[in-house]
Amino acid sequence: MAFTDIFRISSSAMTAQTVRLNTIASNMANADAASASEETVYKARRPIFASVYQNSQLASNNALAGARVQIVDVVETGHALQRYEPHHPMANSQGYVYYPDINVVEEMADMMSASRGFETSAEVLSSVKSMQQSLLRLGEA
Amino acid sequence: MSISFDRALGAHPQALQLRLTRAGLLSNNLANVDTPNFKAKDIDFAAEMQRVKQPFQHSTATRLKYRLPYQPSADGNTVELNVEQAAFAQNSMDYQMSLTFLKMKFSGLRSAIEGK
Repeated sequence: MAFTDIFRISSSAMTAQTVRLNTIASNMANADAASASEETVYKARRPIFASVYQNSQLASNNALAGARVQIVDVVETGHALQRYEPHHPMANSQGYVYYPDINVVEEMADMMSASRGFETSAEVLSSVKSMQQSLLRLGEA
Repeated sequence: MSISFDRALGAHPQALQLRLTRAGLLSNNLANVDTPNFKAKDIDFAAEMQRVKQPFQHSTATRLKYRLPYQPSADGNTVELNVEQAAFAQNSMDYQMSLTFLKMKFSGLRSAIEGK
């Protein structure tokens, strides 16, 4: 597996963790966004991770295919909850206002996991970069 | 009278190539630390070096093995960050070591050629 493959794998991991942090940030920002109906209220979003195996390696009978990470989709997995606030300007006819069901503590834990994954990939990238630089210095006098 | 670089450099070039392959595998594991149902892979370095050093005509491809996890996980992902990070750090140091040996071999050859 050449150096370019390793760079590509690590950079894909960093991209995927960044997208994950993006969804976490938007979940946390919209945690208190009220809405008049259940269809229009913000629902918590989650990314879906998947491994993408390199086809060229599989074709050459080499089992050492590297797998990049890819965010396949960002889906809405949350629900809406309703609170009884008859004096709210967005209350519907029964007096209920819809809020997204987002647990901020859960989002913070997810954020820590995502930043740890990002830092790991950054470490791998810098380590492999120094390996390649040492290799280039091999031929020097 | 020609210099046989193959015999002069010994097993170090193959070791370097195998270390690089292993670095690729371990960085693969680290990249997929959050992917559900991803199984961590690795190679047995000592066994692979033995296989590479023997000059078979039809040597098989590198055998990929799966890592046994210490703890079960809810989403089927067997990558454990501490295990993989330790293995990656160890492998990087071994790579630098092989590179240093190779450098020493080259400087030895150069001083032999220059007659110092």
